[in-house]
Amino acid sequence: MNAQPAPIVVAHQVSKRFGPLLALNGVSLSIAPGTVQCIIGPSGSGKSTFLRCLNQIEKIDAGAILIDGELIGYRRVGDTLRELSDAEIARQRLATGMVFQRFNLFHHMTALENIIEGPVTVLRRSRREAVDEAMALLARVGLTDKRDAYPIEMSGGQQQRVAIARALAMRPRIMLFDEPTSALDPELVGEVLAVMRDLARSGMTMIVVTHELGFAREVAHDVVFMDRGEIIEQGPPAQVLLSPQQARTREFISAVLT
Amino acid sequence: MTGHPAARPIPTDLERLAGLAIVPRRYYGRWVAAAIILLLFAWVVKAFAEGQIAWKVVGQFLTAPAILNGLVNTVIMTACAMTLGIVLGVLFAIMYMSPNPVLRGSALFYIWFFRGTPLLLQLLLWFNLALVFPRIGIPGLIEFRTIDLITPFVATLLGLGMNQGAYTAEVVRSGILSVDLGQSEAAKSIGMTRLTTLRRIILPQAMRVIIPPVGNEFISMVKLTSIASVIQYSEILRNAQTIYYANARVIELLIVAAIWYLAVVTLLQIGQFFLERYFSRGRGERRSRQKANRGIAAGGPP
Ligand SMILES: Nc1ncnc2c1ncn2[C@@H]1O[C@H](COP(=O)(O)OP(=O)(O)O)[C@@H](O)[C@H]1O
Ligand SMILES: [Mg+2]
Repeated sequence: MNAQPAPIVVAHQVSKRFGPLLALNGVSLSIAPGTVQCIIGPSGSGKSTFLRCLNQIEKIDAGAILIDGELIGYRRVGDTLRELSDAEIARQRLATGMVFQRFNLFHHMTALENIIEGPVTVLRRSRREAVDEAMALLARVGLTDKRDAYPIEMSGGQQQRVAIARALAMRPRIMLFDEPTSALDPELVGEVLAVMRDLARSGMTMIVVTHELGFAREVAHDVVFMDRGEIIEQGPPAQVLLSPQQARTREFISAVLT
Repeated sequence: MTGHPAARPIPTDLERLAGLAIVPRRYYGRWVAAAIILLLFAWVVKAFAEGQIAWKVVGQFLTAPAILNGLVNTVIMTACAMTLGIVLGVLFAIMYMSPNPVLRGSALFYIWFFRGTPLLLQLLLWFNLALVFPRIGIPGLIEFRTIDLITPFVATLLGLGMNQGAYTAEVVRSGILSVDLGQSEAAKSIGMTRLTTLRRIILPQAMRVIIPPVGNEFISMVKLTSIASVIQYSEILRNAQTIYYANARVIELLIVAAIWYLAVVTLLQIGQFFLERYFSRGRGERRSRQKANRGIAAGGPP
């Protein structure tokens, strides 16, 4: 009856090298709009590198990435691919919002200034409109009272929630999360996951690198397990997390759970 | 058996002990040092008061037109040369860090040349530029005789500014390097171009590291302008000298010049204080919080 909607992210045979090290080795992955894709795997398996390639902080060495049908980083001219300019790449990055493990809030700006920086400087929206929207976002992540706080005056959990609001203020099609709770004290993990759960429920397409298997189990539509730059196993969370087919996946999951 | 020495007995009047008045520690060393310094100071003051210094002459020349004129020239030159130096410094720091080998190479050359030769030599080079380039401009369109173009002001400005730029480039570069890489990644992730990232995110944070040394160099520059007297730029020291060649009041006029230099430098230091406070926003909080905690530890509110 209903045709499958076209995937919003397509990675095809993506490879990335750092000198002799093959950080990504022919990674292929398609993500349907409105779904949550979790990526798990041991440290150094290429999870961060994959996210960084998606929003072009890193350049890929082979393969292709399409976001919303648009080829990333290149323009096709006849039988050649021409590298895009700095400004064109900046425009393509607007499709993706990124949340970093170490928050990376702008230290010299308050929570509110962090959130309106992109809308005002990059999207050239009016300051009034940007502030109104930022206040709504702060309310959504439960930090209305922190609008004038500098990052250093906030806890890790609060900083990460502001960072999520900053990314959302750009109205991205896809949100990328790189271990968003790994740098947090255990009692602060819950507040960030709650915001992400809420975001998933609102229908945002999300790609989440995480070690929170409970979160993946509950929220993800699909889980991939990566190791040494390759996707080892992929499937619905119940399958990959509870009855993994591959030995390496089983090993990793039991190591995380103990 | 276990090797623990016997514990000392606990005083029985703990309640009273906690309530005793505190007598602050005495710092005898400070009193001795202060006495020595005061004696030395009194001796210097006495020497100046009894020496052949006509303080009336100092007061008289403090606001003499030639001195004030020199002061204005010193201030203008400092401001212009520092502005040129900072603009060039930022420009060459960015070129130095660019992936483009041509830009990086020229920045390297610029820093190498202008840091590697004496300032006085550079001033003389600019002043005598006409010997190398008799005419400057676009041939057939506009042309100037170099002699008309390179006045003492222009030669001094180029000499001091270009030299300053080479030093400031290194200061700016270290400031940029001090900003965490995650900041520019976050800026990219919200769609900023490289230039916007630099202007909005990197430089404002680098300022915290850049301002103290640049403030220092600003103050050096005030005094460095006096070197321009060799190519007839009439800054304050040169004008003071011109006056004492005529009236032989050497020490008095040197004191006049010193007073004005100190006045300008004091104003600059005040300005630097406020600039530093502005650019350390979002950074100083931890320190003030520590101070507050210490206040509580030291007794807190009564
Ligand atoms: N900028 C870089 N330069 C060199 N090696 C890198 C760089 N970034 C990542 N790597 C290497 O690539 C591999 C994958 O890293 P990463 O994607 O960060 O792993 P993960 O996020 O899964 O822990 C690691 O071996 C890491 O050391
Ligand atoms: Mg990682």
